Amino acid sequence: MFEDGTIFNELFIERLNYIIYVILLLIGLHGMIAKNNLIKKLIGMSIFQTAIILFYVSVGVKEGATIPIYLPEHDPHGSHVTNLEENSSSEESHGPVALDADLVKGYANPLPHVLMLTAIVVGVATLGLALALCQKIYQGYGTIEEDELLTKIERQEMRSNPSVAIKSMDSSKMTTVKLEKSVSKPKVSSSPSTQRPNAKLKAEAKTDSSTTKVKTSRVKSVSSKTKPMASKSTTTGSRASKSTTTGSRKSSAKPNTAASQSRTKAKPKPKAKPKASAQKTTASKLKSRTPKK
Amino acid sequence: MMENAIAWILIFPLFGSVACAILRMGKRKICYPVAVLSMVGALWGGIETLMQVVASEEYTVSYIFGGWTLDSYPRGVGIEFHADILSILITLVVLGVGLIVALYSKLPVMEETPGKESIFYTLFLLQVTGLAGICLTGDAFNLYVLIEVAALTGYGLIAMGSKRAAAATFNYVILGTIGASLYLLGVGYIYIKTGTLNMVGIHDVIEANNLADSATMQVAFILVVVGILIKMAFFPFHAWLPNAYCNAPTVTSSLLAPLVTKVMIYVMIRMLLSVFGVDFSFELTLWTDFMPWLVVVAIVCAAVMALAQREIKRMLAYLIVAEVGYMVGGVWIYNYYGMIGSIFHVISDACMTLCLFLGAGLILRKAKTTHFDGLRGLFSKMPLTMTGFFIGGFSIIGLPPTCGFFSKWYLITGGMVSQRWEYLVVLMFSTMVMVVLFFRLIERIHLAVSESGENLGHGHGDLGLTEEQTRFDEGPLSMLIPLILAASVVLIVGIYNQDVVNLIKIFLAEFNLPKGVDY
Repeated sequence: MFEDGTIFNELFIERLNYIIYVILLLIGLHGMIAKNNLIKKLIGMSIFQTAIILFYVSVGVKEGATIPIYLPEHDPHGSHVTNLEENSSSEESHGPVALDADLVKGYANPLPHVLMLTAIVVGVATLGLALALCQKIYQGYGTIEEDELLTKIERQEMRSNPSVAIKSMDSSKMTTVKLEKSVSKPKVSSSPSTQRPNAKLKAEAKTDSSTTKVKTSRVKSVSSKTKPMASKSTTTGSRASKSTTTGSRKSSAKPNTAASQSRTKAKPKPKAKPKASAQKTTASKLKSRTPKK
Repeated sequence: MMENAIAWILIFPLFGSVACAILRMGKRKICYPVAVLSMVGALWGGIETLMQVVASEEYTVSYIFGGWTLDSYPRGVGIEFHADILSILITLVVLGVGLIVALYSKLPVMEETPGKESIFYTLFLLQVTGLAGICLTGDAFNLYVLIEVAALTGYGLIAMGSKRAAAATFNYVILGTIGASLYLLGVGYIYIKTGTLNMVGIHDVIEANNLADSATMQVAFILVVVGILIKMAFFPFHAWLPNAYCNAPTVTSSLLAPLVTKVMIYVMIRMLLSVFGVDFSFELTLWTDFMPWLVVVAIVCAAVMALAQREIKRMLAYLIVAEVGYMVGGVWIYNYYGMIGSIFHVISDACMTLCLFLGAGLILRKAKTTHFDGLRGLFSKMPLTMTGFFIGGFSIIGLPPTCGFFSKWYLITGGMVSQRWEYLVVLMFSTMVMVVLFFRLIERIHLAVSESGENLGHGHGDLGLTEEQTRFDEGPLSMLIPLILAASVVLIVGIYNQDVVNLIKIFLAEFNLPKGVDY
């Protein structure tokens, strides 16, 4: 069996296309499921769809066949008609006429390719939409790494009062609802020791939202120079800020001002001027807020 | 015009969406009437087609686009729209839900997505076009294209929601693409073996050549069914659904939640019964052995996760996952009554989920929250809304006058007749979980119970709420009337259930499903 190379023939010569399509399919699936970066997921998705296109096109392959357009000698209406007896009946009717089975054998089946044109269009639309979503996610959270995204979403949900829906609109009304809530439930959280961490958490939420604003503004300023640099710096920055926040939360005994100071220290050094000014404003905001506690 | 009614079903929303896209330049306020009118037109086409189907001899209406003929063998060059009783029933559900949601959408769309009304209605109408097309098409590849049309517009509609919606939609895009691509791959295998894409043609070729033993068809079967299971958010693949539906705008979630999963269940039934055939799907594959057990796991997990939720919309999303388990189970227990129950449950579940999501939208608008803690004393504030909401809830539980009772009745009958006791037990378990869910809600909404369980009231009639919290303050009429309409549909379908079941029985008569004890 091995001597005459039938397995080799069967696997790698006759069905090479199909083997490649399966490998590509699995690579794409792996990329979509296992990769952490959203863009890499999308690359996996493209590979996945391309594998299916390869499969369909391989199905449509026919050796020695030509594209399915009337050949000159087959054309029932052309001037090159060779076999007049066959086409004599078709001269009265004006529509195209079905060819003989023998003649058809010279053509490849157009249907798989036509189907794939549609599938390509669908794939392009999906990819474009997914890239737009990536952009929206990056604008909202400042990251396209999935694990960071999840921790950020979790943190936001923890901070936002769980009794208030997480909706961006009607924010002013929401705050009034919050106030009402806190007033109407004096029994539950009466001791000041339980109230303090809540207030601190809220303050942290505010500071964090301001820092994200800083980040986006910096990105805008840097993006004119080099895009990969910007994304790299922001991801490292977000990582650093994440570590500091977790650290500050663990050591909750520390005074709030120290935590905020360490946070400002841990930030990456300013690269562009607008960012530095924005940081100053946040720092001043922090200072103005801290005496209240 | 009458003979083209089936085409009008798609033409009305399609051209309506184009009109909305054009109106983007100027008068955005016209989009709402355009959407409502095109839905009315489509519904007219749907009812007309139902009349034609019932009046026709074989209970099917076939419509071929582009003037192709069906004379060739295997059947089908060109795209055929093939309406039988099942597909036209589900189409009517799609169009009815679409019309009610379109009526409902006036205020929420203006408030939640200001300045994007025309885009919203464009996507909305395209979504309805895609879903109705899925139900009507008789071509396997055309089905894929329409699935993608519905999916892409769905992604766009969901991503219009809160900030979190984009992240949730991304997961949906990834999983939805995997599902649709697996289906496409399966269609490719079917095409290799049968040489046609027409559903009736595929079935004819499988029957004539006895292709059930061929490995290619088995692979195609697995790929198609797994792809559809991913798209319908069956339990292990459900991860995209709760986040996507919770963070979507109100109108989006009330359009997508009742329809998308149910339409995919329709696709599964269509593939199993009409394309692969009963013998192929149920007798010659091993799926009937293990699918009910998978359904058991799915329903238990979804019900437990629904119990753990503290927010109405998220709870409803997990309920949808559990309901998908019901319907998939009803199909795979391989029984006549289970199949009736499954098809009827597609219809009734769409009605009651619509009811619940419309109610949740109104609650969110008035109470500014859908979290359980913010619901105290809502009944005295908005009695009509809460009545509508709880009619949907009672239907999910399965209380007699509502349609949920009758569909569950057939599902349970099917489980008994086919002696799938595990399915029966899990149906009972999930019913009890839903009783707990909704009566817990009733307790919070009617009584004044704080989160820690202590009673804040001071006797009967006093809920311990301020004057402002209990004052009668119903939602706007443009949102309230669709909710009442949906609630009355739940009741009407329940009361006239025998008519719907008779139609389903006509559809199932040609399939040789085991009936067990005949009674």
